Order: sequence, then structure tokens, then C-alpha cells
Amino acid sequence: MTPVLETRGLCKSFGALTVADDIHFRLDAGARHALIGPNGAGKTTFVNMLTGRLAPSSGQVLLGGEDITRLGQAARVKRGIGRTFQINTLFRNMSVLDNVALGVAERHGTAGRFWRPARVYERVRKEAHDLLVMLGLEDDAGGRVGDLPYGKQRLVEIAIALGLQPRVLLLDEPAAGVPSLESGRILQALNRLPADIAILIIEHDMDLVFRFAWRITVLVEGEVLVEGTPEEIASDRRVQQVYLGEQRNG
Amino acid sequence: MMQAVGYGADPRIRWTEWLPWLAAVAVFFLLPEYLSLGARILVFILFALSLDLVLGYAGVITLGHSAFFGLGAYVAGILAAKFGITDPLLLLAAAALAAGVLGIATGAVILRTHGLTQLMLTLAIAAVCLEIANKATPITGGADGLSGIKIDPIFGAFRFDMFGRTAYVYCLITLFCGWWLVRRIIYSPFGATLTGIRENEVRMHAIGVPVYRRLVIAYTVSAMIAGVAGALLTQTNQFVGLNVLGFEPSGELLVMLVLGGAGRLYGAFVGPLVYMIAQDQLAKQFPEYWYLGIGLILVLVVMFARGGILGITDGLIARFRRPA
Repeated sequence: MTPVLETRGLCKSFGALTVADDIHFRLDAGARHALIGPNGAGKTTFVNMLTGRLAPSSGQVLLGGEDITRLGQAARVKRGIGRTFQINTLFRNMSVLDNVALGVAERHGTAGRFWRPARVYERVRKEAHDLLVMLGLEDDAGGRVGDLPYGKQRLVEIAIALGLQPRVLLLDEPAAGVPSLESGRILQALNRLPADIAILIIEHDMDLVFRFAWRITVLVEGEVLVEGTPEEIASDRRVQQVYLGEQRNG
Repeated sequence: MMQAVGYGADPRIRWTEWLPWLAAVAVFFLLPEYLSLGARILVFILFALSLDLVLGYAGVITLGHSAFFGLGAYVAGILAAKFGITDPLLLLAAAALAAGVLGIATGAVILRTHGLTQLMLTLAIAAVCLEIANKATPITGGADGLSGIKIDPIFGAFRFDMFGRTAYVYCLITLFCGWWLVRRIIYSPFGATLTGIRENEVRMHAIGVPVYRRLVIAYTVSAMIAGVAGALLTQTNQFVGLNVLGFEPSGELLVMLVLGGAGRLYGAFVGPLVYMIAQDQLAKQFPEYWYLGIGLILVLVVMFARGGILGITDGLIARFRRPA
């Protein structure tokens, strides 16, 4: 079976600094896959290359077998790659509903219409609203995103990405900055995501990773150290050394 | 709150939105001696409205909007003075077209850049336009300005009279059309996109928005409106001078918009009104120091009311609504 998303020999260097070194990676349909690694391992760089925000120095990115290495961000979104950001990247002064509706409208192809008021596009509003219901944000729909508590803003991050109806969803530290008590709410939301979306999650919260992911890839200094099931990763001596051990000591 | 736009916003015109128009009509009947100043203010409101679309909504910072205003002014003037095209509405259309072409051509370049680079490029374009108008004396009149502009009566019926009555009504109706157009745009999905680009361009890319294309479209529409404003000024003055081009009118316009409040549609009404009345009064009282007064007003607004004059009223309304 062809994987939904695949990279072949993906490399990225900034001058002498290599942040991605020959990464071969595959994500199957409906996967729940985690990418972990110490700070500066190149996780976010890797995601940025998948979405087209950064161009790789060499190598390929394939989506459903199609080479998308040269495509821009908008074209990749159209083909089904959605992402969230490690640091909230929201439309702070707009309503929660609008934050989601912008992406939904873009997918419907109505976002460039400039004559009739946005409000008459009922399908866009309905879809955006349904997503807010799914994530438990419906009571905040009319409020300004900047006024929401941080944990809820993290959920808006996810809602925006879901509005794109992606085949592949890249979650860049969805629980970053959320107190551990509240991260349960994020996990709850993640567990309710449609089963057919292939999800790649980058996360530092190991508890969340091991409860959510079926497969884990460990990235160290831009290279894939090891890939396997959570059990395999947890018992891998090299991983314990570079990553878990480091965390235990620190 | 700023003018609420987007998918939840009620697009119907509120009664408060009719107040500026009622006031403008009242001025026509009650203050006949101020109609030529009034027409000038209306022209600058239209110009400020065009800037608000790109700066207030889309977040493109420009100091070059006079390029479109000036081009519109000169196109209308040159066509009338040198080519004998004197139909006012035809001249407006020609000015809009010319400014639109310049808008799409320069927008295609500057909107690929960001921040300071973008600001410098807009300034450069305005400076180039000024220099062209300055040097092309045979067509533009150069530093002496372009005179000998005759404009036909509007629809062949309404002559431009010496009291400025026709000019005032003509500017008011044109402004109304411009306002209606801009208002429709900002309430539309396209308008929501522009606000999104201002709020967070990185995210707009990540949700598949062709940001650059949307900005070029907005910039072009804005340029066309600015061109119409320029042509209006030519027609009501029957003269074009170099002062419609370059940094100064661009900067003045920016000050007017910031003074009124950017990104809230009616800031473009309040700003030019306050600025130009202050200018008129201060210039009478203190002919040498009137810029000082304008400067003081701006310093106060920037220090104490970041949302401009309309931002102050928002704050008062919010306080009034919230029970103490």
C-alpha cells in the first residue's frame, strides 16, 4: 500500500548547519504517529518542509504517491495537508468562528468572493460551527480569540486545521504551554478526530505521546535514530540515552 | 471593537452609519459658504477610504498612495486640457483605469516584499511619479501646474458653479458610491480574507490562501478609488499642481487615517474632516505655525488613543454599556 505521506532522503542545511539529514519517513492512512526528539532535533523544520513553508536542500516529499516537493503551501493545503503551530498562530482580533471559517471558505472556493456579505455563506458558517461543537468551543464562537484562555486557543489551532479537511494532519506540539492538568482535554480532543485522517504529532509531553501514538519516530540532530511501536521505543537503550534519560536527569 | 467584519457580522447598515450622510446634506443647506472646503474634504475622505482598505484592513503599510491619487488627477486634467475630453464621468472612469493599471503593476512588485522594504518601495514609486510630473512640462505643466481644464456639465445639465454647489453634490455622490463599494468589500468573504492577512499572514498561507493574489486585487481596487478621488479634485479645482504627488500628500493622508482610526471604515471620514478643518482654522489664526497644531493633535491621539478618534468613542460606549 502506498503511504499517504512519504519523504525520501529529505535534507536541509542552513550553511554548515544540517537540520535534516537524509530523512526517510512514511505515514500510512489513518496513522497515529508521533515524532519525538530533544530540543533542536529538527522536528519543526521537518514539518515545515512537509507543508512547503521551507524548501528542502535535497530529497522528495510525496503525498499519495505524487511528488509535491516543488509545490507551494496553498497547493499542498488543497491536496490535503493541514497543520497546527507550536506557538499559537491565530487571528487574535477575529472571532473564534471566523478563525475557523476563513479556512473552510478557502476550501469551498468562496473566500475570494467580494460582493455578497460573508454572513450569507451558510454552509461555511455551519461547517465552522460544527467543528467548534466537536471541540467543545461552541459557547465561545462569537468571542475574540485573543480573549480565550490559552488551552482553548490551542483547541482553536486544531479546529482551524480540521476545517481544511486534511488527509494528513501535522500537529506541532498541540499541548505546548498547556498546564499538565489541562493537557488531558487536548488528548480528549485528539482522540475524537476522524479516524481516516493520518496524524503526525510532535510533542514533548511523553505521557500524551505514549497514550496517543501507535508508532513513534525519534529524531536526533536531524537524523532518524529509530522508529517503532511505543513499547519498542520505550525499551530502546539508545532512545533512553539521548532522550528519555536526558529528561529523567534534567 | 473595530468595524466588525467576517462570517458572524451583521451586514445591514445601522442607523448611526447614516449620520455622516445626513450631516453632509445638512452642510449643503446650512453652510453654503463652506462648500468648496467641503468638497475638498469629501475628496480626501474618498482618498482615505481607499487607503483604509489596504492599510486598515489588509495591513499593507504604504507611503505611496499619492501615486494613484496624483495619476488620477493628472489623467483627468491632461485628457481635459490637451485632448478635449471633458465629460466628467468619462474622466473619472479614465482616471480609475489608469490608476488601476499602475496599481496592479506596482502592487505586483511591492506586495512580494514586507515591512521596511515594502514601505521604502511605495515611497520610491511615489517619488518617481512626482519627478515624472515635474519633468514632463509640455504635458503636465511641471511646477507651474496644469490649467485650462474645462469640464462639461454633469449629464449635460449640472454646471460647475462658482459657489461650489455642483462640485459638492458631485463629490458627495461619488463618495457615497465609493463608500458603498468599500463597505460591501469589507463585509464579504474577500474582506474577511484581508482582515485575516492583516492579523496573521503565516496562518493564511497555512490554510491555503493565495495571499499575494488577494493583496494585489485589494491594492488595485484601492488604487482605482484613489485615482477617482484625484480626478474629482482636478474637476472641482479645474487645476492640477505637483502637490498631489510625492511624499507629502501620502504622509498627510496617513496622518488623517491614523487620526480618525484605521481599519474601522469611518475613521476615514472623521480623520480628514478633523484634519482639514483644523488646518483651515489654524491657518487663519496662525498662518506660520499651523503645522504645530496638527502635530500636537497627532501626538495626543497617538499617545492616548491608539485607535484614533473613533477609538475614543468606542471606549466610551464600552464604559457606558458595562454597568459600573
